[in-house]
Amino acid sequence: MKILVCIKQVPDMASRFKVNGNGVWYDEVDLAFRMNEYDEFAVEQAVQVKEQSGSEPDITVLSIGPDRVIEPIKKALAMGCDRGVHLRDEASYKKDPWQIAFTIAGFCRDKKFDLIFTGMQSQDRGSAQVGVILAELLGIACVTTVVGFAIDNRAITAKRELEGGIKSVVKFSLPALITCQLGLNTPRYPTLPNIMKAKKKELLVFPVADFLQEKEMTGTGSAYTPARKGSGIILEGDVNEMAGRLLGILKDKTAVIK
Amino acid sequence: MKALLICEYREGTLLDSSYELVAFADKLGAERAMVLIGSEAALPRVNGKLYLADVARYGEYNPELHKQIVLEAVKRENPDTIVFVHSSYGWDLAPRVAAALKAGQISEITGINEGKFEVGLCNAKLRRTVVSRTEKTVLTIQAGAFNFTGDAQGSPQVEKLELKDALPALEFAGYEPALKTEVDLSRAEVIVSVGRGVGKKENIPIIAALAKALGGQLGASRPVVDAGWLEHSRQVGITGQTVAPKLYVACGISGAIQHLSGMRNSEFVVAINKDKDAPIGEVADVMVVADVMQFVPALIAMLS
Repeated sequence: MKILVCIKQVPDMASRFKVNGNGVWYDEVDLAFRMNEYDEFAVEQAVQVKEQSGSEPDITVLSIGPDRVIEPIKKALAMGCDRGVHLRDEASYKKDPWQIAFTIAGFCRDKKFDLIFTGMQSQDRGSAQVGVILAELLGIACVTTVVGFAIDNRAITAKRELEGGIKSVVKFSLPALITCQLGLNTPRYPTLPNIMKAKKKELLVFPVADFLQEKEMTGTGSAYTPARKGSGIILEGDVNEMAGRLLGILKDKTAVIK
Repeated sequence: MKALLICEYREGTLLDSSYELVAFADKLGAERAMVLIGSEAALPRVNGKLYLADVARYGEYNPELHKQIVLEAVKRENPDTIVFVHSSYGWDLAPRVAAALKAGQISEITGINEGKFEVGLCNAKLRRTVVSRTEKTVLTIQAGAFNFTGDAQGSPQVEKLELKDALPALEFAGYEPALKTEVDLSRAEVIVSVGRGVGKKENIPIIAALAKALGGQLGASRPVVDAGWLEHSRQVGITGQTVAPKLYVACGISGAIQHLSGMRNSEFVVAINKDKDAPIGEVADVMVVADVMQFVPALIAMLS
């Protein structure tokens, strides 16, 4: 069985963001980057499938972007993927979801992956499109927002998370693409021996132009910092002083404190 | 401009979010037609053309068939935009339709800014406008961003749609109900919720002590529940409980849309967060810029 995991590197969402020089994206200066959180669940699920199938499946992990994306690829290799693929693109942030999906589809075309895992969305762009479009381009089944996954031979039962905590149960066969929701599993931490082993694993690098022939279908007009909508009071400074002021406000404005 | 609105139907009922599509189309000033894979017993009470496909035949979830139904309606109606709610139904189906039409898709629209569609970037800390470069465009709108305020008194003009020889790519095997809720947050007057900003599981008793001091219930954001720090029945948000207490205290919660949707109707909101720019500030009446683990003990001391 051949498995592909598509991962993206995103900034730590706890960072402060400002708009970059060309006004269409965030400025990368001072940002710490990490693996997109949803993709950690995708990597973990792929590795679990491999472990459950007696190590027979072969897992490729792929990422598009500048050289810094080698870091999350290495993490995925240390988590248990077999081979890394870096589709190098210095300006991947300018590519729209269609172009990203088309690029990955181009890479996949002659590989015949049985099972593809992606995150359900990225934490920065959050379009939730790439996985689904990739499946459509490859003509394989696609199930999104998965929080439960079981595979028996080539038959899959997956649970999709719906609003209100309801789940829908879906059955389908390989080949298929799964987009992973938070909570699907518990992503492992790479151990030191596995980090060392990962250094010896294959890492293939291709320029993104090898696979991308499509123009963008959507583009950014401009990026900006939202005007503060909250008309709320902002308290800053000494914690005891703030606690006192907050209590005063609560006594004044709510009925819950007398 | 013409918009084709894709309504949602689940467990035998039309979802109210379908009306948000109508509100969006009206805000856009677009002529509208609707698509529903549902039943005649539960039609949206809105005037205008509605393409109806029988849910008994095509299922409540069957993306391959639903895609083909939407494409058939697109063929008949020739709309400029095809609009979905950004929900588990919409974000699943919209890209399939976009790929088939080779149309650009703009996801989770939060507003219309000088005629351009506005979306969030980096957990809504930044925003951007997105433009389509294709003739037709697929749109998904953020749940709760466009409120339908009119009277739903109309009745649609129904045109039935059927597919020939369509085969589903997967089998929908039914629903699994939400986990039984041991904690009913919907009636609580005060809720103090824990977010990832508390740092670690060991810190939760301090937040629980604040909830007790305020006579309230302990709630949680999704990451805290996913990490196993608190049980699912305490989760506030789209995939947890929707709450509207008199006082909501968000401790170390950044304010992802999935959380805000579940608590934005609270009467009074206090947010405690190190990051002054955290999106929770949008709904907070008071924003305390501080480390939760320093501020909360100080507040408890003053309450007792």
